[in-house]
Amino acid sequence: MSDVQTTLAHQFEDPDQQHEAASLGMWAFLITEIMFFGGLFAAYTVYRIQYPAAFVTASHLLDYKLGAVNTAVLICSSLTMALAVRAAQLGQRRNLIVFLILTMTLGTTFLGIKAAEYTHKFHERLIPGPNFTPNVSPNREAQLFFLLYYSMTGLHALHMVIGIGVLTWLLVRAVRGHFSHEYYSPVEMSGLYWHFVDIVWIYLFPLLYLVR
Amino acid sequence: MAHQVVPPKVYLMIFATLLLLTLVTLDVAFFNLGILNTPIALTIASVKATLVILYFMHVRYAPRLTWVFAGAGFIWLVILLAFTLSDYYSRHWLPLPTGWTSSR
Repeated sequence: MSDVQTTLAHQFEDPDQQHEAASLGMWAFLITEIMFFGGLFAAYTVYRIQYPAAFVTASHLLDYKLGAVNTAVLICSSLTMALAVRAAQLGQRRNLIVFLILTMTLGTTFLGIKAAEYTHKFHERLIPGPNFTPNVSPNREAQLFFLLYYSMTGLHALHMVIGIGVLTWLLVRAVRGHFSHEYYSPVEMSGLYWHFVDIVWIYLFPLLYLVR
Repeated sequence: MAHQVVPPKVYLMIFATLLLLTLVTLDVAFFNLGILNTPIALTIASVKATLVILYFMHVRYAPRLTWVFAGAGFIWLVILLAFTLSDYYSRHWLPLPTGWTSSR
């Protein structure tokens, strides 16, 4: 019970209440995140309806195979994250560490593929601005698509980077044995964040890569 | 703490379903269904998102208050999209009052 003594903040009655408060707080934060991404999705919707043909043309310039692979990678990482939370719930320290490392590896793989895509687009001069490739028509509207592409995937990638940072912190704490079946809230809350970022990508993939 | 521990089998089934639905998304994208393509893609994405929320994010096993919080986020998102679009696509419905000139 010494675990409970050291991890229960004084304002809570019991660990259950503390856990529930943490969970609601995390969901409140995720709502703000939904609105954060929501602004970009709204901008996307407005311009997609306004310039449907240009969005089809521009979307063909993205490699949907890489997008699909990245979707699969993220879904795998969500599975390993869910299993990490489960390991934490059961107090299995070794499994927790293994699944955290797997999740981080998959997250890094996602970012690696994303970086390769960005580099490729850079070489093809598909960066909005005065040097945007003149080979695409209608040019200005295609630039608009790529502006949205970089904003949305960029913000998403930033969330992935932060997520990997959070996982690193969890890993250090897990190795030090800070978590037990009595106290695993940080693992579960980080899991919520990780799955949220996965959900954003689930929508980004068809909206950006599969406009046909 | 008496929190629901989900058996790995459930996670694996959700995982398999998510991968399957990704393949379906890919397949459907290359059939020309006209105006239906995007709604179908978004519906599949929403099914995937719901599975992630219910099982991976444990909302299915969570107290009702968590359901309210999770639902509220999406309700506000719908309001954001609906009001933005109703503004953008109703602007040209009414003529400008006489004596005014459009800036364009």
